[in-house]
Amino acid sequence: MMWFVVVATSLAAWLQKYLGHLVPESFVNHPRVQRATLLLPVGLLAALIAVSTFTESGRVSFDARIAGLAAAFVALLLRAPFLVVLAVAAVVAAGVRAFTG
Amino acid sequence: MGIGLAVGMFGLSFGALAVASGLTTAQAMVLSAVMFTGGSQFAFIGVIGAGGAGVAAAAAALLLGARNTFYGVALSPLVPSSGLRRVTTAQLTIDESTAMALAHQDAGEPRAARTAFWATGIAVYVGWNLATLAGALGASWLGDPADWGLDAMAPAAFLALLWPRLRDRETVAVALAAVAVALLATMVAPPGVPVLLGGAVAVVVALATDRTHR
Repeated sequence: MMWFVVVATSLAAWLQKYLGHLVPESFVNHPRVQRATLLLPVGLLAALIAVSTFTESGRVSFDARIAGLAAAFVALLLRAPFLVVLAVAAVVAAGVRAFTG
Repeated sequence: MGIGLAVGMFGLSFGALAVASGLTTAQAMVLSAVMFTGGSQFAFIGVIGAGGAGVAAAAAALLLGARNTFYGVALSPLVPSSGLRRVTTAQLTIDESTAMALAHQDAGEPRAARTAFWATGIAVYVGWNLATLAGALGASWLGDPADWGLDAMAPAAFLALLWPRLRDRETVAVALAAVAVALLATMVAPPGVPVLLGGAVAVVVALATDRTHR
């Protein structure tokens, strides 16, 4: 089942790219469509942050991941590169977990 | 150079997180080789990792991938192709290759734009897939991802992806509203759905504010 979803979604993602090379420019250049495309990733990514930080198996939960996210936020404020942001989050979360058991 | 390093690190973390969220190394590789669009791949494993259904993971990935269609529209006059060639052109249509090609177009160098598209696209494709493999194999050795704080890397990755998009008060407001809606939805909706509702918040705001602006 997971294989089917992985392959089907991957092919659909490719089709999205392919269609762009085919469709007339006038359709996607509509200002309303453009605004929606600009904001859509913001909403999705913000929701992904919320779900991956504050939920566990479909329920709201609070644990060391929150400290990791806070550390990532500070790292981004300090203009740290991508991997440093992730490493800081992992180290802080693992550290908090080790101390609080 | 900077792009290469960033892609490598990003790919490493994708491979590791994909395995941590329950995919096999082979499945992570199919995502990187065929889907080949980082934001969608992270969204996919994010929903799966949160216990979401396959349909919800697919929807989140494809909603994030919608921007690639726009890239294709912008690229088609710059990088003309047809037949089998177009299959490849489409596959390499991603953030980095589009940005490089459009930068050369803005500088008034259409031929350099084409070269930049292919060079960037191929380099990122190779680097991304090698890094994914390394990350997935590395994560399989680590054992419990939580002990290493790997589960905290997913939120950090999403925040890093969101960061450059927070350009003004409106985008920050949309992000905060999406967080609130997603958490409220978690209490009543099955996993995966809250992420899609976050996207819906953004579209509603886009359509509503568009009307007042013009």
